[in-house]
Amino acid sequence: MPIMPNEPVIILQNVTVRYRVPRENYHTFKEFAIRRIQGRVQYLDLLALQDINLEIHKGEVFGLIGPNGAGKTTLLRLIAKVMRPTEGRVWVKGRIAPLLAIGAGFHMELTGRENIFLNGTLLGLTRREIEALFNQIVDFAELWDFIDAPLRTYSSGMVARLGFAVATARMPDVLIVDEVLSVGDIAFQEKSAARIREFREAGATILLVSHSMAAVKKMCSRAAWLDGGVLRAVGGVSEVIEKFEKYMGISN
Amino acid sequence: MTKINLLSLEYDSSIRPPTFLEEFLQAWRYRDLILYLVRRDITTRYKRSVLGVAWTMLNPLGMMIILSIVFSHIFHVNVRGYPAYVLSGLVVWNFFAQVSTAIINSLVWGGDLFRRIYVPRSAFAFSSIGTGVVNLSLSLVPLLLVMATLGIWPKTTLIFVPVAMLFLSLFTMGVGLLISTVGMYFVDVVEMYAIVLMGWMYLTPVIYPMSALPSNIQFWLLFNPMVHIVNVFRMLVFDGIHPSLGTWLAAGLSSLGTFLVGWLIFTAKVDEFAYRT
Repeated sequence: MPIMPNEPVIILQNVTVRYRVPRENYHTFKEFAIRRIQGRVQYLDLLALQDINLEIHKGEVFGLIGPNGAGKTTLLRLIAKVMRPTEGRVWVKGRIAPLLAIGAGFHMELTGRENIFLNGTLLGLTRREIEALFNQIVDFAELWDFIDAPLRTYSSGMVARLGFAVATARMPDVLIVDEVLSVGDIAFQEKSAARIREFREAGATILLVSHSMAAVKKMCSRAAWLDGGVLRAVGGVSEVIEKFEKYMGISN
Repeated sequence: MTKINLLSLEYDSSIRPPTFLEEFLQAWRYRDLILYLVRRDITTRYKRSVLGVAWTMLNPLGMMIILSIVFSHIFHVNVRGYPAYVLSGLVVWNFFAQVSTAIINSLVWGGDLFRRIYVPRSAFAFSSIGTGVVNLSLSLVPLLLVMATLGIWPKTTLIFVPVAMLFLSLFTMGVGLLISTVGMYFVDVVEMYAIVLMGWMYLTPVIYPMSALPSNIQFWLLFNPMVHIVNVFRMLVFDGIHPSLGTWLAAGLSSLGTFLVGWLIFTAKVDEFAYRT
């Protein structure tokens, strides 16, 4: 399928996420009820994201940069449907694989096989779909010898391999990668990087969140810089990083 | 105007069906997950124990023995087949207490998973119910054995037990969702619930017969839905008689009503969970 130039897969329109927290900490119901009756509950609006407008296109590798607490994770949660915006609109086309959810819900007492089905259904696959993908998953994770052993007997590298294999068993339209992936040993890292490259060549969109400017520069074509819940810059990757580094240089 | 289609791969946060419907459709879509969660809960609970699933049956048996000794020998409660009477109430009560607590725990404290991927939260509530139904069904085995030992033979009324379980499930789900939603705002409520449960058990004829109470108190207990649910179950299994239409209606309507209220309030606030837990 030919890739249309600039065909959007993710659109954020005037997106605001507001956490409404009581100004003082009311930990008990009684305390809160008393204040409430007295009309003395004051709320503090914490803006995790403020009026964000962003469009990410099909097939691009898009970088998301910014200091801790900038709102990057909140943005990813919106795109992954984990959270809905307080205001504005989030639109996503296609299937999302949030690699932040690698190994979600793994249970150490269950076998590798049982965990594939549990983890797969958590990621929204049906039992039939997992059955069809099963051999491919175990092949990729290279775990045929241990597939009926409980997960607690696995090394952490093996667990990560299994998680990655399930999360990427089916090609997603949007792949969310938080920090540069380091799964398993060097050989497996190469293998997982190759799989991501394959997805990219097949037209998947990749959203990379990283603190490593070198990685973002190397992999991404465009990037966005978030700071304090506000979008500071969007555009070509070198241009955005330049602005970001210049700003950080001044503020340091 | 875009049509709402939950199965389409297009997600638009500004277009959605009413949440009470959406949550239900999503839970249905994740039905395989619910099944695997039930399997996980049942296989992992006893995985490393020698007796395994047998504990599901041994647990209420142990409680029955203790309560029987305490109540028939110390307090001289006089009910024919008292051990079986206690057990038939206990399995119902245990279902309610354990499952509603499990629902609250997974919805209020199970935040990490929900922070990382989208899963309909109600799937976890449904799976707790599923696990409870399996355990309750398993504990029918020792119950019937104890009854047989005491010379009480089950009657054909047993075939209506699934209906009683459905009412019990609806009521438990409703209470679990309600407490979870309130507990999301005020964690104290969750702590309080553990204490309420203990008192609630004594306001339900689980270990004593209704007739042991003064009649004015008996009247007030009719406002406790668990009284009717326990009664229906016990009549079907232990007494082998058909509950009156009034008893069926009291159990059915109160559990359906509780479920609907719980479901509507929970789904109305379901987006808030992502902001608060």
